[in-house]
Amino acid sequence: MRSKTIIGKIDIWLLIIYLALVVVGLLSIYAAAYNEDFPHIYDMSQNYGKQLLFIGISLAVGFMILLIDAKFFNAFAYIIYGLSIVFLLLVLVVGSKISGSTSWIQLGSFSFQPSEFAKFGTALALAHYLSQIDIDVTKIKTRVTAYGIVFLPMLLVLAQGDAGSASVFLIFLLVIYREGMGGTILIIGLVAATLFILSLCVSKWYVMIGLAVIFAIMIVLINRTRQNILKLTALLIIACAFVFSVDYAFYHVLKPHQRTRINIVIGKEKDTKGVGYNLNQSMIAIGSGGFSGKGYLNGTMTKYNYVPEQHTDFIFCTVGEEFGFVGSSMLVLLYLALILRLIHLAERQRSAFSRIYGYGIACVFFFHFAINIGMTIGLVPVIGIPLPFLSYGGTSLLMFSTMVSVFLKQDANRINIL
Amino acid sequence: MIKNKINYSHRKYVIGSIFILVAVILLIKLFIIQVVDDSYKLSSESNTLRYITQYPSRGKIYDRNGKLLVYNDAVYDLMIVPRQAKNIDTAAFCKLLNISNETYNNNLKKAKKYSSITPSIFIAQISKEDYGRIAEVLYRYPGFYFQTRSIRQYPMPIAAHTLGSIGEVTKPEMERDAYYKLGDYIGKSGIEKYYENKLRGKKGIKITVVDVHNREKERYMNGACDTLPVPGADIILGLDADLQAYGEYLMTGKTGSIVAIEPSTGQILAMVTSPTYNPNELVGRMRGNRYNELLNDPDKPLINRAISGTYPPGSTFKMINGLISLQSGVVTVNTAYPCSGPESTPIKCTHYHSSPVKLYDAIENSCNPYFWYAFQDMMKAPRFKDTKEAYAFWYNLVTSFGLGRTFKSDIPFTVPGNIPKMEYYDRLYNGVWNAMTIRSLSIGQGEILITPLQMANVAAAIGNEGFYYEPHYIKSFGDSSIAIDSTFITKHVIDINKRHFKDVKKGMQNVFEGQHGTARMSHIDSITVGGKTGTAENPHGLDHSILMAFAPVENPQIAIAVVVENAGFGSTWAAPIASLMIEKYIRGYVKRKNVEQKVLTINESVE
Repeated sequence: MRSKTIIGKIDIWLLIIYLALVVVGLLSIYAAAYNEDFPHIYDMSQNYGKQLLFIGISLAVGFMILLIDAKFFNAFAYIIYGLSIVFLLLVLVVGSKISGSTSWIQLGSFSFQPSEFAKFGTALALAHYLSQIDIDVTKIKTRVTAYGIVFLPMLLVLAQGDAGSASVFLIFLLVIYREGMGGTILIIGLVAATLFILSLCVSKWYVMIGLAVIFAIMIVLINRTRQNILKLTALLIIACAFVFSVDYAFYHVLKPHQRTRINIVIGKEKDTKGVGYNLNQSMIAIGSGGFSGKGYLNGTMTKYNYVPEQHTDFIFCTVGEEFGFVGSSMLVLLYLALILRLIHLAERQRSAFSRIYGYGIACVFFFHFAINIGMTIGLVPVIGIPLPFLSYGGTSLLMFSTMVSVFLKQDANRINIL
Repeated sequence: MIKNKINYSHRKYVIGSIFILVAVILLIKLFIIQVVDDSYKLSSESNTLRYITQYPSRGKIYDRNGKLLVYNDAVYDLMIVPRQAKNIDTAAFCKLLNISNETYNNNLKKAKKYSSITPSIFIAQISKEDYGRIAEVLYRYPGFYFQTRSIRQYPMPIAAHTLGSIGEVTKPEMERDAYYKLGDYIGKSGIEKYYENKLRGKKGIKITVVDVHNREKERYMNGACDTLPVPGADIILGLDADLQAYGEYLMTGKTGSIVAIEPSTGQILAMVTSPTYNPNELVGRMRGNRYNELLNDPDKPLINRAISGTYPPGSTFKMINGLISLQSGVVTVNTAYPCSGPESTPIKCTHYHSSPVKLYDAIENSCNPYFWYAFQDMMKAPRFKDTKEAYAFWYNLVTSFGLGRTFKSDIPFTVPGNIPKMEYYDRLYNGVWNAMTIRSLSIGQGEILITPLQMANVAAAIGNEGFYYEPHYIKSFGDSSIAIDSTFITKHVIDINKRHFKDVKKGMQNVFEGQHGTARMSHIDSITVGGKTGTAENPHGLDHSILMAFAPVENPQIAIAVVVENAGFGSTWAAPIASLMIEKYIRGYVKRKNVEQKVLTINESVE
């Protein structure tokens, strides 16, 4: 009887958006991996059949989560987080290597990706930590601990060689910002990103000349106290040092294929055969969809395997090609609806844990969706992270679903919080 | 429980704005590549669509009696896709194909070098017999398949020059006509060239969608944009295959040509040029090598002497001069001229006959002095102001027989020969000349040059008593709704009274039937033949033996010209050959085996 009341209280909009994305995902995988010899969507020998199975498992797990006591995830946050750290360490030892990175643990015929689990664990741990009664984010010690919770799994994922998945953890900074971290870090981040791209696009000397000009203008405009001049000079020196180090890091730290991916996005390199092949074919597939698309199962580029990885990281190509701008913009808006709904719901939580957790998963979904789609249309370098609910893959679907259902449970239970 | 902390909830707007901003950026970029920029659409099509040409079958060629002269035969190219060719039992495969292991490896290497995924020819032109045997078990060898191609075949090895041949298009040909693509075949000579547009039909196109490995997956739009190939039109020639074959048989070992025309239509019944070659030799892969061999052959078998060989017509030309003299009115059938045989001046006679001589006897005996006097009188006729006016009269009538010009016809590369223009003599003699100056024209020597085709046409015109059609190959198209060129059925009427033709024909009949007829040895029982022998003086060697004729005299079914180079008198070789051809055509078979035997055994003596 209790479960009925729980289901009655869950947010129906969030559930609908979630289910819509999962169905779009299944249909897209069916189209991308379509094989006329096996036309049944439930055919277990095909990827779409497996995805259907994953959806079933995800829904079952989600339902069970709704039945668990809402306080469980808050109480067990550290344990789940700890478990995910253990898995991340374990994968470094016993992981199997798939496409260049050691991020999989083989369990019988299924393989499991601990980094997906770690995102969930991190969202819980961060929420648990920041929701403690006596916490004050303005304190350096608090912030350092929060950063630690985020950077520990990030570094472990990086150690697997999976820079794409590691970069996802950076988005948790946005959650800390919501909870009181100084806004300057965002501005510094933005400036740093601008300088990074600028110094890759044009010679570092031009960038520094530009900085010097800005510095001169500032000197003229501001109140020229000694202290202000010193501060500005220090900023200029730091900025120049940053430009130098970007230049150094780009040519000495990044691997050649990563360098190429970045160069392709900023238009410095055209490589339609090697690393750029994926991107080129992906953009042709999406671009050829036109305004209204070629029709379901009529996407010749995706149906006939022109786009590599099209059922996983490049699943968006199928939508873009077969449903055109109409379909792809609807999908983008669906994702936007998901994350805006999430932060809207998060804001109405009485429990800080629920709110912070809600922000955590909203940010994760945002990062995945923006980077993944951005990558398929050449806005960001090719980073191998899945499109939530659409990309083929058991672990990611299960973990994304779990994230959503845990929040649904928290939200349904919000009235009970005093 | 809620503590008094600083409320940061306004930051949800900052975060929400970031989310919305990023989504808008994505939407803008999507709009640009999907709606604004068309290039992705084109790239996608060039990636996934393959345009496969569907070749139509080329039109077949038949003779006038429906005998097949040219048809298409399938040959089979064994194709390979190297990437798919895996786990091949090489030993068994080589045995099947009857090739050595080395050949297998070499061909495989060549194919791989070309491309590992695009098909290329592994072994070209496998015969039908081998094809059946190999195709049965080819499924055991993945990556190999057969591609059918069509080549021209000639059931009878005849009429090579008339039929012509096809070959791969050259770059200039492709530039001239966008229809052709690299590797296409095009008519290179003869009928194949002239009727290329009709014979080739129309290519169709099949658009298929291929996957990333270039494998065909489906028809593009279920074939809605495909076009079916339209087969080429069949052509029925006026040629009589048996007559043509017989003519080639008679001419073996000799140099020269035979042209036979159906006078009532202008259709070519036979066109023999010797030496010739077997058209089957210029087919498919052997074309290139064999063509060069023929090109370098000192006997020049590639030249069609029937249309491009020019000869002085000799005595055969006297018929035209006789007709013109009659038409000018200065001569009648009863006009008699003296002949002193070899003593005659300015042109001596080579035959012995009574004197004075009238038209019929003059033709029968090929009397040179008669035709000189007749020519001279015509040139001096009082109705003309001067020699030039007389010459203009003569020139116009001569050329109205189709001499001195090329035929506007489906016979390519006809040459005009030469009928000297007045200006030529004006230049040569500084404007001062008369009948005496140009006397050799009276007996068909001098500057006059005509081709065997023109000579046969003259025979047709005389046989028809004053008209002819432009000589042409085609009788009709297999599809009767396609009309043949109207110039081929336009009557050319010669402005000479029919009466005069009847008189000349009577004389020409005497050539075969008269007591002294120069071709009396070649006369045929129960078939009336009118003709005229000629001996073209050849400054380079023995004279050319020439004859033109038509039969039956009353209602000619065949007009013929025969030239045997360096063979002496017309009566000796050209006459029996012409008479055999006439007998073969009209009777259907040859009774006079002795004549045939003689013609065939003179090969050596002619050589």
